[in-house]
Amino acid sequence: MEGLQVEVHQDAPIPLAAAFGCAPGEVLALVGPSGSGKTTLLRTIAGTYRPRAGRVVVNGETWLDTGARMERPCHRRAVGMVFQSYALFPHLTALQNITAALGHLRRRECAARARELLALVHLSGLENRKPCALSGGQQQRVAVARALAREPKVLLLDEPFSAVDKATRQRLYREIAELRQGLNMPVILVTHDIEEATLLADRLVVLHRGRSLQIGPPEEVILRPATAEVARLLDLRNVFAGVVSGHLPERKLTLLDWEGRQIEVPFNPQWPVGARVTWVVPDGFVVLHRRDRPSRGEHENPIAGTIETVLTIGHTAHVTLRPEHDARFPIHFSVPAHVARRNRISPGVAATVSLLTEAIHLMPAAPQRQE
Amino acid sequence: MDWTALRLSLHLSILTVLFLLPIGIAAGRLLAFRSFPGRGLVQAIVTLPLVLPPTVLGYYLLVAFGKASPVGRFWQAAFDHQLVFTFEGLLVASVIINLPFAIQPMQRGFETIPPQIREAAACCGMSPWQALLKVELPLAWPGILTAMVLSFAHTMGEFGVVLMVGGSIPGETRTIAIAIYDRVQAFDGAAAAEMSALLLSLALVAIALTFTVARRAGRHFG
Repeated sequence: MEGLQVEVHQDAPIPLAAAFGCAPGEVLALVGPSGSGKTTLLRTIAGTYRPRAGRVVVNGETWLDTGARMERPCHRRAVGMVFQSYALFPHLTALQNITAALGHLRRRECAARARELLALVHLSGLENRKPCALSGGQQQRVAVARALAREPKVLLLDEPFSAVDKATRQRLYREIAELRQGLNMPVILVTHDIEEATLLADRLVVLHRGRSLQIGPPEEVILRPATAEVARLLDLRNVFAGVVSGHLPERKLTLLDWEGRQIEVPFNPQWPVGARVTWVVPDGFVVLHRRDRPSRGEHENPIAGTIETVLTIGHTAHVTLRPEHDARFPIHFSVPAHVARRNRISPGVAATVSLLTEAIHLMPAAPQRQE
Repeated sequence: MDWTALRLSLHLSILTVLFLLPIGIAAGRLLAFRSFPGRGLVQAIVTLPLVLPPTVLGYYLLVAFGKASPVGRFWQAAFDHQLVFTFEGLLVASVIINLPFAIQPMQRGFETIPPQIREAAACCGMSPWQALLKVELPLAWPGILTAMVLSFAHTMGEFGVVLMVGGSIPGETRTIAIAIYDRVQAFDGAAAAEMSALLLSLALVAIALTFTVARRAGRHFG
């Protein structure tokens, strides 16, 4: 069996219940808030943490099988790990840090291979710098080169971008994306940043309190969260409760009652009429109507209301609208700042938005948290 | 100047440091990295010699090493002479009373190594031994050196325990600290002053060396 398979179950000291696989060349992101068990799962794979019950299999080799009382120590697992704060050896130079992970090579091959790896991460010329004389981004690259030095069968990245500034992070994203073209081992990325996970990963595992809640490609997880809990963890804000009020198969629509307002959603007969559901519309699918050409009702799911807040960050205005029909549930959306200006969007003015039918997703009713 | 006593003191100090080096590394590392039942008790026991009056410690060692004790009987059986009032007895006592001076700085030295650095060593494929040699010892060496200097200086100057366990047998157990006392008793002020000055300068050098090392150590993680 190619790739990595992980299964972990324990109730204490940290509750964990997760099972996932990662194919060679695939980048799998473990996402979740701090304390959700992401790093513990990573350490379980590396062998620096032993769960009460679990299995880790890499390319058919068993690294951990608590059922069979089998555990391979960390230094005999071919893992490459990039630590959150890099954990470079402070007393060694950049080159020596990499050589430290080349114990499997003969001594005279080491230096050449270490130089090759430094070149791969664009650090040629900095061989003799100690970590304290390297910038955050350079340290991160040494850490990546050191992780690759061991010719790992699994590459583990523990929030590798959290300690660098935003500009450096953007550059490192591109470099990692380039680098992974040449890698054919499973890559596990731990992050609490959904955007970062979406950018870099092929699939996400959404974790909360040690449980994996949903596994899938980023766009699927974000557009179709399995539960209201996942939606909340992904920071989707337009999450509301509703009741299925009818099906219109001929128009490929299902109708939803949202606090007295009818919402059209994609045809979904699995939900019987009368079923209580949680529904979500990503804020990118909330469209502002032009205020100089008021809607006459021909738009999808028009919702009229009053603008409550407008927060402009850079070129984007983040807007909340209190719907007329029920002001308890504000709708969040973003528009380019110039659109907000041209439409004279400001707190207190009346406005109408459309909730695009195609993007509305239904989930089982949650024990409700509503804003 | 009592050259025999000085030579004996140097000999005793060097051997004490050599014995304490592996003991201190093992114990300091264990106390720094592992939590185990009774850890607090172990910590307390290795710190005890620091606060006990040397004569009290010396008394208990004398009793423990004596002919009536299991240790004393074992020694007599194994080496055909007794442990008290011999250089070997002095050495064993010296190692015991220096445990806190050796273990504590080494423990502090190991404690400065972040857990992630040790995990990184394992993730680089280093066995625990390789990690100790290539990563832990180089990072903990200021603490180790401090421990060695302190133990050396402390052994050079130890008086109470040496007198209790070793007596004052020239060439066997009369260290320089005992010799100073001896000279003062004999109203030989010049010799006492000479030897005292020597111990004073040794202590000064030891302290200066420790501080320099401690300052340099701050650089890695600064």
